[in-house]
Amino acid sequence: MSVSMRDLTLKEYLLPGNASCPGCPASIGLRMLGKALEGRYVLIIPACCSTIIESQYPKTSYNVPVLNIAFAASAPAAAGVKAGFEVLGRGDIQVVVWAGDGGTADIGMTSLSGVAERNDDIMYICYDNEAYMNTGIQRSSATPYSAWTTTTVGGKGEHKKNLPMIMAAHNIPYVATASIAYPLDFVAKVRRAASIKGMKYIHLHSPCPTGWRFPSDKTIEIGRLAIQTGLWPLYEVDHGKFKLSSICIPLMDKSRRKPIEDYLKIQGRFSRISSEQLEELKRYVDVLWSEIALMIEKSKQV
Amino acid sequence: MAKIEILTGNYAVAYGAKLSRVQVVSAYPITPQTTIVEKLADLVSKGELNAKYVCVESEHSAMAACIGASATGARAFTATSSHGLLYMSELVWWAGLGKFPLVMAVVCRALAPPWSIWTEHNDVLAHRDCGWIIFFAEDNQEVLDLVIQSYRIGEDERVLQPVMVALDAFILSHTSAPVSIPEQVDIDGYLPPPGCRKLPYILDPDNPYTYGNMTSPEYFMELRYEIERSMNSARKVIVESGKRYGEITGRYYDSLIEPYKCGDANVLLISVGSSVGDGKEAVDRLRDDGYNVGLVKLRTIRPFPFEELKSICGGRRYIGVLDRNYSFGFGGVVYSEVSSALQGLGVPIQGFIAGLGGRDITIEDYASIFKILIDMADRGLEPKIPLWIGLKEGLK
Repeated sequence: MSVSMRDLTLKEYLLPGNASCPGCPASIGLRMLGKALEGRYVLIIPACCSTIIESQYPKTSYNVPVLNIAFAASAPAAAGVKAGFEVLGRGDIQVVVWAGDGGTADIGMTSLSGVAERNDDIMYICYDNEAYMNTGIQRSSATPYSAWTTTTVGGKGEHKKNLPMIMAAHNIPYVATASIAYPLDFVAKVRRAASIKGMKYIHLHSPCPTGWRFPSDKTIEIGRLAIQTGLWPLYEVDHGKFKLSSICIPLMDKSRRKPIEDYLKIQGRFSRISSEQLEELKRYVDVLWSEIALMIEKSKQV
Repeated sequence: MAKIEILTGNYAVAYGAKLSRVQVVSAYPITPQTTIVEKLADLVSKGELNAKYVCVESEHSAMAACIGASATGARAFTATSSHGLLYMSELVWWAGLGKFPLVMAVVCRALAPPWSIWTEHNDVLAHRDCGWIIFFAEDNQEVLDLVIQSYRIGEDERVLQPVMVALDAFILSHTSAPVSIPEQVDIDGYLPPPGCRKLPYILDPDNPYTYGNMTSPEYFMELRYEIERSMNSARKVIVESGKRYGEITGRYYDSLIEPYKCGDANVLLISVGSSVGDGKEAVDRLRDDGYNVGLVKLRTIRPFPFEELKSICGGRRYIGVLDRNYSFGFGGVVYSEVSSALQGLGVPIQGFIAGLGGRDITIEDYASIFKILIDMADRGLEPKIPLWIGLKEGLK
């Protein structure tokens, strides 16, 4: 299902003048989400940058209903909202969780897994800026290997938790990875998710100028480089079938991937990366793509 | 015609929820609350209760789901106990501070370590400050009646706060007693239709609001004051709802307290929960022996019955407070609240601790407490630090 810019509504569901940082990826994602669903949804938001972006009472920057909820509780709160809508005959309204990587991969993991196991009819979008940005750049389990944060001063020693695959292992009907640098691909995935009943999970890569230490006009460029270097593959797992997104199909050929140094060198968080750490990251990308090749093979057999 | 059935406290909760036509139930099992959620699951699966059952992986998620459901205007219900309530705690606060008028039954049970599954009130009392109306039930009939009344009270536009119905583990939860079950048609007339609530806030794409966003000191205090105003209104609404309930069932609950033979009593004991029945029995026996004693049952912990207590306790020779809980380094929680309410009355107040971890509070225990109070009154003794009743010899 491809989407063109002309198909998108001109109506805005993230209002201008909001409190996001310059170059904020979450605000790009929120804007595209609104255009994808054209307002027929409610947002469930745990503690994250988007609780700041929404601005202060009595104002709001979100032109859709929002329920703010505790950090570890967004997925089950959404399941409750959906249950409420269903008993009230309003089950057509999409219930969307919009949560950061900390609220998803760390503190919210148990409740997210619970909702996935029960296949509650919600859409969960993790906008992944790879650390706790709202509280001042602390590591999360989604922070990549060797990245600086205020709690990994010498660079993180562990790799990023592979959350989309953990969600796929729950056998939910739809899992997708996306990037704010490819908004139409994201919109298409949101719309695909909206057409499916049950638990949908979209993991949205979101380069953060504030936390990653790059100029605020480079958000899209860095987002694209994450894809082009192979560090963040875009794919869908639709009813168990793995499908590499068209943008990423050429990257199956390693020679078509840009050197990951191109991605790392323009981000302050990788400025002290050692040659050993660089080699480890390269190895990680190779393993990632060999796993993707296996999943493509497996899907052909299904 | 209402029919009488022999029900455990847990089933009384479940039938109360059924009669209230709850629409979303979300819960997690914990002993000894489990048969509440089992019964509700059974009623839903048989189609006797038209509700969505969200079977979550933790209490934290159970309350999150109830808040979510309540945010759509649906009537939500959950039940928990002890550690479950503490694990849920963050969301219990969220429900109270967010004014989500859902109802939760809490089967009161001691906290570990050491492990215990028997009753104690610390779990509920640890949540007295979070914007919930808190009832304590004396028996299984009151359990059922309270669950139903709670929806009328919580959903009242003057209140819009969540309601907790506390019942003692095993003594009520697993003990069968005759319970009169009202007719559905009567309860349908008593409660507003489920899901019709539009306040304080309903998630609606046609009328979008952001609920709970960052609030600066400029606005924050007023939002808190609104909850306090709701709590104050609740005093009146609880009484109105209890009276109306009496009109349809014959069982009137028309005060935040229930006095027992207090008229001419010169010594009063204040108590909470299932042991009150034994206290009433002790009052009867002591009165047979010529002692003028009376008992006051607190029906609510929040809102706290300040005026009712002041008015009933004034002019007595001695007041006792029996706590089935403990605040270490202080004493009983209810004692502290009663002392604060009765400040300035000039009546001495003595605290007693009994029944922790489910130890039986017997009629004899109550009688001995009354006799201590009479003795202190006769000898003109000042109140002491809380007395532990039934403590084994050698520990005192």
